[in-house]
Amino acid sequence: MIPTPDKAFADATPAVTATLGRRARGWSGWVTGLAPTDRLTIPWAEMERRLLEMGFVEGARVELLQEGPFGRDPIAVRVDDLTVALRRRDADVVLVAEG
Amino acid sequence: MNGPAAPEIALVGCPNSGKTSLFNALTGSRQKVANYAGVTVERKEGAFVTPAGRPIKILDLPGTYSLRGRSPDEIVTRDVVLGRLEGEEIPDAVVCVADATNLRLVLRLVLELKAVGRPMVLALNMMDIVARQGGRIDIERLSKELGVPVVETVAVKKGGTAALLAAIDELPLLEDPPTEHGWREPSAAEIRAAHAEAARILHDCAFHPGNEQFTRKLDRVLLHPVFGVVILLAVLFLMFQAVFTWATPAMDLIKAGIEAAGVAVGEVLPDGLLRSLIVDGVFAGVGAVLVFLPQIVILFFFIILLEDFGYMARAAFLMDRLMAGTGLHGRAFIPLLSSFACAIPGIMAARVIENRRDRIATILVAPLMTCSARLPVYTLIVAAFVPDRTVFGGFGLQGLVMFGLFAAGILSALAVAFVVKKIVWREAPEPFIMELPDYKMPAPANVGLGLWIRAGAFLRRAGTVILALMILIWFLSTFPAPPDGATGPAIDWSIAGRIGHFLAPLFEPIGFNWQIVVALIPGMAAREVAVGVLATVYALSATGDEVGQALQPILTAEWSLPTALSFLVWYVFAPQCLSTLAVVRRETESRLWPAIMFAYMFALAYAASFATYRIAGALLT
Repeated sequence: MIPTPDKAFADATPAVTATLGRRARGWSGWVTGLAPTDRLTIPWAEMERRLLEMGFVEGARVELLQEGPFGRDPIAVRVDDLTVALRRRDADVVLVAEG
Repeated sequence: MNGPAAPEIALVGCPNSGKTSLFNALTGSRQKVANYAGVTVERKEGAFVTPAGRPIKILDLPGTYSLRGRSPDEIVTRDVVLGRLEGEEIPDAVVCVADATNLRLVLRLVLELKAVGRPMVLALNMMDIVARQGGRIDIERLSKELGVPVVETVAVKKGGTAALLAAIDELPLLEDPPTEHGWREPSAAEIRAAHAEAARILHDCAFHPGNEQFTRKLDRVLLHPVFGVVILLAVLFLMFQAVFTWATPAMDLIKAGIEAAGVAVGEVLPDGLLRSLIVDGVFAGVGAVLVFLPQIVILFFFIILLEDFGYMARAAFLMDRLMAGTGLHGRAFIPLLSSFACAIPGIMAARVIENRRDRIATILVAPLMTCSARLPVYTLIVAAFVPDRTVFGGFGLQGLVMFGLFAAGILSALAVAFVVKKIVWREAPEPFIMELPDYKMPAPANVGLGLWIRAGAFLRRAGTVILALMILIWFLSTFPAPPDGATGPAIDWSIAGRIGHFLAPLFEPIGFNWQIVVALIPGMAAREVAVGVLATVYALSATGDEVGQALQPILTAEWSLPTALSFLVWYVFAPQCLSTLAVVRRETESRLWPAIMFAYMFALAYAASFATYRIAGALLT
């Protein structure tokens, strides 16, 4: 079944700020928001839209499927019904909550 | 006036949507591949006739998730759709191609395309897979929700485009498409809103259980930290094996065929300049390049197969961290790999890289990968100067030196990429965010057509640019002819020979004698030609494989060991063949980059050879 975004997800505030970039293989949860880090290499407005376009919207289900062989980087993430590869430093922008 | 021109349709879609398969299904082999003016983006145009008899021109635009346009590819898609690209007509209609198994992202693209305001059809491709997996899509409702006609297509099945063709016939094509459009770059909030809208439509119109289980299971093996890397290495080994071994019979056949044709033509023509031009210039020169056709076809066979299956993105995933050390992305791994056969397909494969600077950095280092044309040179020199004995308990010394030459190429490529990306451009790494498409069985017809188009492009180039260069080299090596009663090889008297003598002092510090310098000049046309020229210069009359054998003792006697090592090192870095420079010129649409490439490789080769010659000389005396 295709999940639908839930307003409640977007409104919920996670107890601890957790980012997708710091999760391990097998972790699953949902996206609570996007927030800039101090390690951005492109303007935030651009970074935010790139991630949104790949489906990292508030409420999206995410599951960390695989980790790269060297330094466990990059990561392969299932975002709703799409698999996306990204580096951990880029995934640090994606705020997530477990569940 | 020839009457109204055929309407032009632009094919737009997300990457991995099967857009190119659909394009192939619509046009068959009626395709023209070129570059857009001023940008390094492949322009694929085709033609077909609708059931109603309407001739249509169709443009396969690069895949994109949005009209915002980040990479050069995506900017072309945006500018063509919006009618902004100079030299391109505004498309009369847009066909948006969607992978029906994965509608979420494309629905957002459809909403964006709708804002442009051109007549549009949404083609749901791969509907057979949706049905097989027990999914269903309410086409009528989807069409009503989106406000555009929606049709089902199965690009890889005969007749799978019938519904699309019928829909194209019904499109209200305008006589004069308006130049204005209603699109503007969406803000983050608008993208979020469009996602919500797409999710709502999807929820209402489509049920798809997802085919991710197969992909998920396969990824557990193919992306495994240990097995994944082992399998990648095995795939690479198989590719190399295929390129270097399987291609040999076909290459021998082509070589023999061209030689036989050259001899046959030579017998018909009277002895003289015309015969020399045709036999030595055209047949020998272009033949030396045509011989690589089987390697290029085999290499592209693997590349297209792995790409269509969805493995290339996985290879990029596995290698990304290693490539990141040089400032490049995992994606740059594929073109560098291809360059081991020949830098030309490698440089062409760099088109998969989105960021322009990353693409240029990759193109610049691609010729440092040891291409197959350098093998004859390495083989000759190593056999002549490296003793055939085993060291370190069982390793052949000659094999180790060969391996060292390959390794030197790879390491220097990584080092140059590092210098270009991190020191010259001081660039922070571009974010690496890439879709890993679900695995799909490649369709044989698509693979075949892809190979046909690649081989055709290679042959066309061999018949034009490379032919012209070969004739130029022949001219320089032939004129002026030696005077009557002259002794020594004819090349000595030619312009090439004089240039060799003239330049000899420049190469004296790195241990090259004038014979080597003369050999370097035609070696610019094709590296392996240098072996034949050395033989000619040393006044030998042997041909083919005998050249290597007869030349070897002479080189051993004439060259010092430092000179031989210096020559080997020279070939690791320089002088890249003219065909490579011509391809770089075409791919970068600039004279600057081939000039920079030539200059840096020349400098690198000179410095490395100088160091080798001096160090070896000091150690041996």
